[in-house]
Amino acid sequence: MRGLLARRMKFHLLGAFLVSMGCATLYKFGIAEPRKQAYADFYRNYDPMKDFEAMKAAGVLESAPPK
Amino acid sequence: MLASRVFSLVGRRSISTSLCLGAHGHAGVVKAEEYTLPVYADRRDVPLPEVAFVRELSAQQRALKEKEKAAWSALSVEEKVELYRIKFNETYAEMNKGTNEWKTILGGVLFFLGLTGVILIWQKNFMYGPVPHTFTDEWVSAQTKRMLDMRVNPVQGITAQWDFDKNEWKK
Repeated sequence: MRGLLARRMKFHLLGAFLVSMGCATLYKFGIAEPRKQAYADFYRNYDPMKDFEAMKAAGVLESAPPK
Repeated sequence: MLASRVFSLVGRRSISTSLCLGAHGHAGVVKAEEYTLPVYADRRDVPLPEVAFVRELSAQQRALKEKEKAAWSALSVEEKVELYRIKFNETYAEMNKGTNEWKTILGGVLFFLGLTGVILIWQKNFMYGPVPHTFTDEWVSAQTKRMLDMRVNPVQGITAQWDFDKNEWKK
């Protein structure tokens, strides 16, 4: 009957800390890091002029018709 | 100020009539109303409630209470339990015991979700008109081709899933 609040509070404080740190870690290594990697990989060998020519040829640019 | 004037007019009547009648009828002592007395309550954080659980004791229970005034080693186990039950309604174990209510709640929730599903299916079948022409397969595939031509979301989105060399979706 002693320390009812203290025991409950200790349990929940530890749990809350672990859950929130766990969520943050999972997000960082599951979502944020892969996203940064994907952008790095995409732009490493990106050639904008080649992309422009491809879009022009497909006919989606109104002021740069394929002709 | 006006409010206090009104109160003095009504002030004589603020004490309830029944209490006044009661006061005059019992030699000056007012009988306590039921709701003003302390009550018994089973609560985990209040281990010793203000009153005992059983208020009016039967003859048997009163005899037991008299026996309680003597040495407690003379009491049998059943008598001790009886004394406990006079004082308390539920033990802590009984108080903390869970119920099966969650099954009822879960069943109710799932039932109403199902009912909603039936209603939605009926609506799609009998009530709604046709969807717009922009949802047909031809339109959607032309739309997707245009998105790929425009290089929409090339890093992680739709264009990243398309293989331009083989002209098909990436595996």
